[in-house]
This record gives sequence, structure tokens and C-alpha cells, in this order.
Amino acid sequence: MNGMSKIVKVTACILIIPGIVFGLYIIMHGHLTPGGGFQGGAVIATISALFIIAYADEIRGVLDKDILSLMESMALIAFISLAFLGLSTTFFHNFLVNGGGLFGNPVSGINPGDLNTGGVIPLMNLAVGLEVYSALSLIVVVMYFGSKQEVLEDVN
Amino acid sequence: MLIDLPFLAVVVLLALGVYAVVFRHNLIKIVMGVHILGSGVNLFLISLGYREGGVAPIFTHAPKLEMVLPTPQALTLTSIVINLAVVALMLSLIMLIYKRYKSLDSRDRRLMG
Amino acid sequence: MILVEHAAILLIAFPLLGAFITPIVGRVNSLFRDTWVITVLAFTELLAVLLGYDVLQNGISVYTLGARLPALTSPSGIPVRIILEVDAMNAFISVIVSSIALVVVWYCLGFMNQSRVLDKLYTLILLLLTGMLGLTLTGDLFNLFVFLEVVSISSAALIAFYVHRGESLEAAFKYMVLSSIGALMVLFAVALIYGQYNLLSMAAVADKIQNTFLDEVAMVLLISAFLLKAGSVPAHMWKPDAYGEAPAPVAVLLLTSALVCLYVLFRIIFTVFNPATPLLGWVLAILGVSSIFLGVSMALIQNNLSRLIAYSAIAEIGFILLGTGSGLIEAPYLSMVGFNAISGGVFHILNDVLDLGLLFLAAGAVFYLTGERDLNRMGGLGHTQPLLAVFFLVGIFAVSGLPPFNGFASKMMIYESVYVFNPLLAIIGILGSILMLAVFVKVFFSIFLGVSPAKGHGKLPKSMLAGMGVLVLLIILIGLFPALVVDYLISPAVNALINSQNYIGGVL
Repeated sequence: MNGMSKIVKVTACILIIPGIVFGLYIIMHGHLTPGGGFQGGAVIATISALFIIAYADEIRGVLDKDILSLMESMALIAFISLAFLGLSTTFFHNFLVNGGGLFGNPVSGINPGDLNTGGVIPLMNLAVGLEVYSALSLIVVVMYFGSKQEVLEDVN
Repeated sequence: MLIDLPFLAVVVLLALGVYAVVFRHNLIKIVMGVHILGSGVNLFLISLGYREGGVAPIFTHAPKLEMVLPTPQALTLTSIVINLAVVALMLSLIMLIYKRYKSLDSRDRRLMG
Repeated sequence: MILVEHAAILLIAFPLLGAFITPIVGRVNSLFRDTWVITVLAFTELLAVLLGYDVLQNGISVYTLGARLPALTSPSGIPVRIILEVDAMNAFISVIVSSIALVVVWYCLGFMNQSRVLDKLYTLILLLLTGMLGLTLTGDLFNLFVFLEVVSISSAALIAFYVHRGESLEAAFKYMVLSSIGALMVLFAVALIYGQYNLLSMAAVADKIQNTFLDEVAMVLLISAFLLKAGSVPAHMWKPDAYGEAPAPVAVLLLTSALVCLYVLFRIIFTVFNPATPLLGWVLAILGVSSIFLGVSMALIQNNLSRLIAYSAIAEIGFILLGTGSGLIEAPYLSMVGFNAISGGVFHILNDVLDLGLLFLAAGAVFYLTGERDLNRMGGLGHTQPLLAVFFLVGIFAVSGLPPFNGFASKMMIYESVYVFNPLLAIIGILGSILMLAVFVKVFFSIFLGVSPAKGHGKLPKSMLAGMGVLVLLIILIGLFPALVVDYLISPAVNALINSQNYIGGVL
């Protein structure tokens, strides 16, 4: 199967940029507004789904199962490592917050929504976003190719 | 009166979900039933957190400090994510079952537990 | 010591980290991956033992995630953060869980050596371990739901490990539907509790609980959900399918997760709701007796070895429910008899996982040697595998409660005390035990005795024998010195379970 018409393919390519930018926006504002890692990651993963619809089998080299699952593991390790870094006080302790520097601006009550607050939460959101993006894309890719092959090696 | 409306919706959703899981024979409809049940419970959680006149619990440019409870919303988010994982896993299992048996009917099964 | 201070969270976090590192390590080579998995599990086991020792010495240990100090549970008077609370009961269960996981994975090294997807298997096993330990240690009702789903998802994927068999896929699907409905019932109950008290911490809820009508609805939902996950009688139908179709080591882990769910059930009944009515005790005891009856009588007619052991697992769950339920009849003011009944139930959690774990592993070894699941097509394995036959025999005697083994000790405690409450229940229990012996003697004959087999001349890998050997050793040791185990492990655990004020005091 060669996918859909040229118009759809080109439109899908154009939509990469707004899709990723919007997803990243949701991820990076996770500590300020509704949204965060899961939602942003899911938005970016829709781009993968769009590409599979548009390009069908030609996607095989672009969205690679092994790379996606490696990315998933890496993102999860990053998330847990951030939690482990707080271990000098307690697990999941927000060691960056209110300390100045990266994401360390103190904030309280009603605020104008500065991005550099929230301590480790934005970093964790990034890790979760990457994880959700790769996991959802992996599911879509595996389901797409799995529905065509006769024998599927493994679901997860 | 209007405040009871979400709870009525919860009852309807739960009833639909239970109906789909118990009486439908198509595996995909069973998964849909589980998901509808999940949505019913999520709606229940969200409605519990509602406080009269509260705004969304976001401090960025908040118009006032009266807010609805944020905890049920966090719980609901977590539960949505978990539901997603459950449904994805169940659908993958269904794909494999279909490959094996060429049927989605729950009566075409071998195990009689 | 920093390790002990953070042991509670490390017990959950470390297997989780290990699970995600495993696929990366697996890319290097398989020996490195096996070493890594065993190291993670051994470290988890070490943490569990350290934590257990610490709890036995110093009382309840509380860990607050993200706080300035681990013990700072409620800075503003209300426990808002996620809390892990470990008393003697939790610690006891977490030691069991982590030890069984270590034994099972050690056994897996030999059992699964030809399989290509071992990275995923070990990842899922570590995730399942994370879920079970989280379920054990958490002091927070919502996290109960989260970890329950972690357990469900990873065990469903593990049940479907033999993806080329349609039956295992069916079993996994059935398990997943039932357990996600169970988990949603838990979530609904949590919502009911949160709606009334605005609290999620188990200790704080236990302090405030009024036992209103809504609380009782929540209690019934929670109890039925965890009975479903444990596989007691009205919701036992997923169990033979799941245990029968999963690989043998996975079946042992599923059994462990069922026992963890039973622990959570006891924690919810005794600590969170603390009901003063004997009705609940009667319900549990009668469910237990019907589980014993149904499990044993269905086991009689099975031809598939794993399914047969699965049905006897239902019966064993029945014994635990019978003991604890009878004790609960006279809660909250327990006499010595009621205390003994609950101790018997809690002691049987340990013995159940050891005995049935050994039987499942031995059944896996039989499958490894012959490739057969059907009892009618086996025979004479004892001629070529005497050691396996001895292991199986020990498992049989222990599971049917014969004297020198551990099953006898706990079942005796259950019979003695249940007899005081209601002789009929005890007699049904004893009959069930005798029938179980009959069932398993038949199984032993058809597998190990008779003419020499055409198949099964291979050698069992050392790791499989070692895994079973450890369980046999524990069974014999506990069988020889049950009093020591009861005095040093079970009694503190039961005391922690029934004194909910201590649990509440740990947080507030």
C-alpha cells in the first residue's frame, strides 16, 4: 500500500511543525495551565498517527519500533532519575523550586504565569511528554503493522 | 436541581457500560463498555470536586480565589491515563485473538473457565 | 542509615527503575541482562528484609513523598501528600513478595532460556513486582487504585506471553476485563470516600470514618473488587484460565498478586472501616468455605495440570478467608481464639504461596521436560527425574496439610479456632483438605509413576532445581519450627493488623 494522495502527504508534512510546537507548548506550560506531559505527548503522537494514515507502509523506516521503545525507556529513566535526585531529602522532593536559577523562581498565589517556576515539574513534564509520545506512537505503529502481518512477535 | 445532572449522567454511563460488558458478544463492544464505565467513574470524580461558584483551579491570572477542588481533577487525569493503557492493551489482545480465531464473537472461545 | 530511612520508597522505585533499564541492558547481551535483573531483585529483597527488621524493632515507619522530612506527614494538620506506611503486616507481605519474585526469576533463567523476548518478560515481571510492592506499602487509597492497575496491566501482558496460543490471549483478555472492572469499582469507592471526607490517606480516613450508608456502599465495592482480584468464589472464573495458560513462573507471580490483594482486603476491612458487625466475618467465612468446596471439587475433574493447581489455589484462598473471616466475627474485641483464627489466616498467606508456588514451578518443570499439559498423556517421569518427583511430593504434602510440612501448621490453627465458632465450617475445611490430598495423589501417580515415558529424558537446568529447592527448604523449615515463625513474624503482623489505632497514630 502506498498511502494516500500527494495532497494529503504534503499537508501531513506541513502539519508536523504546528503539531510539534503546539505539543511542546502544552508540555512546557504543564505547571501553569491545564495540560502537561501526557496531553502534550498525546498531541505530538497524533502526528505519528497522521503520518501513518497519509504514508501507510512508507513510514516503516521513519517511525522505527526499536528507536521508539528505546526512547520510551530513556524518558522513563529520566523521570525516575529526577525523582531519585530528590532523595537527599525525600523521594520526589522538588529540589529546584524557589532556589532561583533554572525553573527556580519563587511564586505564590495568583501569578502572571512565568515559565521559569515550578522546580523539577517542567523537567518531569518533558520526560513524561517524551515517554507518552513514544509510547503512543509505538502502540499506533505496532497496531498498524500488526494488523497486516500474519504473525506478530510481541504486543508490548 | 441542575447540580444533580452530572450524577444522573454518571448513572446513565455506568448503566450503559455494564450493559455493554454483560450483554454484548463482540469483544470490541466489551472494551467500549469498559471504557464507558471508566468515563462514568471519571465524571463522578470530577462532579464531586465541584464547588458552587468556583473557578478552575489555575492560579495563572485567576479572577478570584474561590476554586473547585483540584484533587479530583488530578485523580481523574491519572485515571484517564490508566484507562488509555488498559484499552490499548485490550485492543492489542483483540487484534491477536482475531488473527488466531478470525472472529470477534465472545462465544467462539475455547476456554470455559 | 540512609538505606533504611528511604527503604519504603526504594522498594517501589528501584524495581521500577530496573524495569525500564532492562530493555536497554538487554541490547548488550543476555548474560548482562540476567545479572542486572537478579541484582535488582536481590537488592529489593535486601531492602525488604532491612525494612522489615527496622519495623519489627522500631514500630511503624512512615514515608512521605516529596516532603522536607520523610516523617512529616501532615504539616497543616491534614495529610495531603502521598504516604507510604509500613507496619509489621506490610513488611511481612513485602518480604514474601520480593523473595518469591527473586526465586521465580532465578527459576526463569533456566526455564525460559530458548525464548527470544526475555527482555520484555523481565521488564513486565519487574513492573508486576513494583505494582505488588506498591499495593502492599501504600497508605493512600488512590494509589491503591493506581498500583492495582499496574498489577492488572502487567499481569495481563504476562498471561498473554505465549502469544501464538489463542487460549492464553483469551485468558489475558478475560482477566483484563474483569480486573479493570474491579479497579473501576475501587476508584468509585475511593470517590465515595473522598466525596464525604475530602481525604485519601487511609489512616486519616480510618480516623474520621462514620460508617454511614455511603461508607458501607464503598466498603462493599472495595471488598468485592479485592475478592475478585484475589479470586474467591463468586468471581473465581478467571483464575484457572489465567493460571493455566500463563507460563509457570508467571503463574506463581499471579498467585502472589492474588495474595497481596487479600492483604489489601484485610487492611481495608480491619484498618480503614473497622466494622463492628459480625455479619462481614460470616460473609467472608462462608465465601471461604464455598471457595474450598468449589476449588477442590473442580480440581477433581481437571485433566490439565496447571488448571488443576489453579483450582486448588482457589481452595487455598478459601482457607485464608475462612480463618480471617472467623476471627472477624468477634472483632473488634478479639479473644485468644479469634486472634488465633486471624493468625492462621495470615500464616496461611505465607504457606500458600510457598506450597502452590512449588507445585506451579514443578508443573512448569514437567512441561519443560515433556511439553505436555494433559495429565492423561504423561507418566513414568519419576524414573528419570527422581529429584523432581521428591519436590512435587513435598509440595503435595504441604498443600494438603500433612504434619511435617508448613501447610499443617497454619491449617491446624485455622481448624482449631474455626471449630469453636462453627464446627460445620471447620469440618468442611478438613474435608476439603483431605479431598485435595486425594486429587494430588492421583496427579502424582499419573505424572511420576507407571511405565517409563517416551519423553522427558532431558536434564533440568540447575537454576530451575535451585528455585524449587529453596522453596522446599523453606517449606520444611517452617514445617519444623512453626512456633518460631508465629511468634516472631505472624503475631506482630496480626497485632499490627487488628490495632487500627496504631496505624492511624503513625500518620496523624
